[in-house]
Amino acid sequence: MEKRVTFKGWILPLCLIAPQVFISAVFFFYPAGQAIWQSLFIPDPFGLSMQYVGLGNFKFLLSDPFYRASFLTTAVFSTLVTLVSMIPALFLAVVADRLIKGAGVYRTLLIWPYAVAPAIAGVLWLFMFNTRVGIVSWYLGNLGYDWNHVLNGGEAMGLVVVASAWGRISYNFLFFFAALQAVPKSVVEAAAIDGAHFWRRFFTIILPLLSPTTFFLLVVNIVYAFFETFGVIHTITSGGPQQSTTILVYKVFSDGFVGQDLGSSAAQSVILLVVVGALTVFQFKFVERRVHY
Amino acid sequence: MKNLTIGAVIAGTTLLAPLAAYAGSDKTEVQFWHAFTGRLGELVAAQVEEFNASQDDFTVVASNKGNYSETLNAGIAAFRAGEQPEILMVFEVGTATMMAAEGAIRPVADVMAASGAEFDSDAYIGAVKGYYTSTDGDMLSLPFNSSTPVLWVNRDALEAAGIDADTDLSTWQNVGATLDQLKAAGNDCPLTTAWQSWIQLENFSAYHDVPFATKDNGFGGLDTELAFNGEAQVAHISALGKWAQEGKFIYAGRRNEGGANFRAGECALFTESSAGYAGIKNEAEFDFDVRPLPYWEGVGNAPQNTIIGGASLWVMEGHEAADYEGVAQFLSFLSSSPVQAQWHQDTGYLPITTAAGEATRAAGFYEENPGTDIAVIQMTTNEPTANSKGLRLGSFDQIRGIIDEELEGVWSGDKTAQEALDSAVERGNLLLRRFEQANG
Repeated sequence: MEKRVTFKGWILPLCLIAPQVFISAVFFFYPAGQAIWQSLFIPDPFGLSMQYVGLGNFKFLLSDPFYRASFLTTAVFSTLVTLVSMIPALFLAVVADRLIKGAGVYRTLLIWPYAVAPAIAGVLWLFMFNTRVGIVSWYLGNLGYDWNHVLNGGEAMGLVVVASAWGRISYNFLFFFAALQAVPKSVVEAAAIDGAHFWRRFFTIILPLLSPTTFFLLVVNIVYAFFETFGVIHTITSGGPQQSTTILVYKVFSDGFVGQDLGSSAAQSVILLVVVGALTVFQFKFVERRVHY
Repeated sequence: MKNLTIGAVIAGTTLLAPLAAYAGSDKTEVQFWHAFTGRLGELVAAQVEEFNASQDDFTVVASNKGNYSETLNAGIAAFRAGEQPEILMVFEVGTATMMAAEGAIRPVADVMAASGAEFDSDAYIGAVKGYYTSTDGDMLSLPFNSSTPVLWVNRDALEAAGIDADTDLSTWQNVGATLDQLKAAGNDCPLTTAWQSWIQLENFSAYHDVPFATKDNGFGGLDTELAFNGEAQVAHISALGKWAQEGKFIYAGRRNEGGANFRAGECALFTESSAGYAGIKNEAEFDFDVRPLPYWEGVGNAPQNTIIGGASLWVMEGHEAADYEGVAQFLSFLSSSPVQAQWHQDTGYLPITTAAGEATRAAGFYEENPGTDIAVIQMTTNEPTANSKGLRLGSFDQIRGIIDEELEGVWSGDKTAQEALDSAVERGNLLLRRFEQANG
C-alpha cells in the first residue's frame, strides 16, 4: 500500500514547485529553445545577419566523416571515464569502510581532488606527463617506454581519461561511502556466520544493496563525461593528436567559441541534447530494472 | 527621527559620491580591450599611461580580456550586447572575420580622416600594412604587434656535434645536411618548430611565392579555395615528415611548446616567431643566433618575403563622434616613431613604420643585439606579391586546427604529405564555403 499525501486546492502545490519550474525555464528551457532556434540558421558572428538554412546545419554535420567519428570517440571516452572514476571509488570506499583507525583522515584526503577544477586538473596531469619535462614520462623513459601523447592518440586518450576521472573518484567515493554505511550490519554479519568470505559477501549482498547509488552515479558520471570534461581536453590535447580526443562537447566549444560558427555549434548542442536524452531514457528504462531500492 | 536623518545623509552622500567624482573628470573615456598579459601587458599599460598623461580631453582605459581567441570572443559578445569597446585587439587570423563584419567595424582610415589626427598610411611597412588593407587600399585596422618566423640556432649544440656554428643554414638543403650531422653526433632534438601551420605552410608558401589559397590568398573575394596541397608544399611537408620518422625533427605541439625545449638547450634548431626573442634571451644559457627562415633552393621564387603574425587594433562601430576623436588621437600616438621604436626594441615585434625601424638602427640597437633586424630584412627585401601579401581566409582559426590535425598524421607516419594536405584542403574548403554563406 502506497501512502500519498494530497493537497487541497492548487495554489500551495503550484507555489511549491514554482521555484523549480522557474529555474528550469530560465536555465534550461530558454537556452535549449534558443539552441534549437539558432541551429536552423547560419548567423554571422556579430549577429548582424542570419540566414535560414532549415536542417542545413545538421546535414553539414552529419555528412562530415570526422563529426561522425567523434561519436565513437565520445563513446569510448565516456565509458572509460565512467569506469575509471567508479571502480576505484568503490574499491576505496569499501576499504575505507573497513578501517577502524584514522577513517576520518582517509576520507578527508580522498575527497580533496574533487575541489580541483577540471582545467586545473588538466594542467597538473599535463605537467606530470609532459613529453620533455614531465616526471612520469621521465620515469617511463627510464623504463624504456617512450611516452609521447603529442603524437600517440591512444596515450592522449588515456591521459585525458585519467585527468577527467581523477577528481570524480572523490565524488563517487563520497556516495559509495555513504551508501556502504547504510548497508544493514545484521545482514552482512548473518552471511559471515554462514561462512561467506569477504568477496562473496561483497558481490552477493553489498553490491546489490548499493545498486541505487551505483545507478545514480552511472547516470551522473556519463553526463559529466559528456558535458563537463572539455576544460581538461582543452588544456591537455585540444582534441589532438589528429582527432583522437575530439569529443562532441569539445567540438561544440571549439566551433562556437573559437571558430565563431554559431549555427553549427547550436546544431551540435541539439544533437548532444538528443543523444544524452536518449541515453538517460535508455538507462532509466533498461538499467534501472535491475536496481533494487 | 535623528537616526533616520543621519542615515539619509549618509545614504545620500554615498550615492552622490560617484556622481561627484564623475562630474570632476570630464574626459572622454576610450575603452581598449587587448590580449596581453605578463611583460607585454605591462608594456601596453605603460604606453596607455604615457598617452593619458599627455591628454586633457581623453583617457584610454585598457583591459585584458584573455588570450587572442578570448579577446575576439569578448569583443563579439559585447557587440551583440551593445557594450562593445571603442578599440579591440584582434589577431591576424581573425582579420577576415572582422573585415566581413561591415556595420560592426569602422575602418581606421575613416576614423583618422574624420579626426584630422596625423596619419600617413604610406609610413607603414608594406608587408605589414598589406595584411590589414582593403582591396581599395584603405587601411582597415592599425597594425599593432607583428612578427615573422625566423630560424633560431643553438650554437653550442652545433659545436658539440662538431659542426661549424657559422655554417650556412639559409636553405633547407643545407639544414637537412646539418640535421644528418647532428643526428649522427647523437643529438636528440636536431630541429623543432612552433606554430606549424603558420611557419611550415603559410609562411612557406609566401616565402616560395606559391599560392596558399586561390583568389590571391583570399584577398580577391570570399569565394577563395585552399591551394596549399601544391607541389612545393607537399615536398616540404614530405621532407619534414621523413625527418620526423628519422628522429631529426621533433614535434612538440600545436602552439609554441617547442620553445621550452629550445630554451632549455635540448634542441639545436628551432623555427619560431621573431618575437620569441625576449623569452630566448631571458632563459637561454647557451650561445644562440638568429638566422633567416630557410628556403628550398630552386623552388618557386624563394626567397620572396615572409608574412606576419600578431594582432591589429580594430575600431568598433556604435560610439559617439567625440569617442572616435579620442580613438584617433590614441592610434596616432601608438604609431608615432618613438613609441614604435621602443616597442620594437622591448618586444622583438617588428617596427610597423619605416621611420621606427630607421630610428632603431640609428640608435645602434641592431649592432648591440645582432640578428634582431633579420626579421625586418626578411619581410622588406622584396616587394610582396599576390602570394606573399598575406592571407585573408574566413574561419581560419578552425582551418589551422584542421591543418594541425592533418600534419600530426604526417609526423606520426600515419599519412603521406600528399594525403594529409589534400584532406586538409578538402575539409578547409567546406569551412570556407560556410563562411562565404554566412557573410556573403
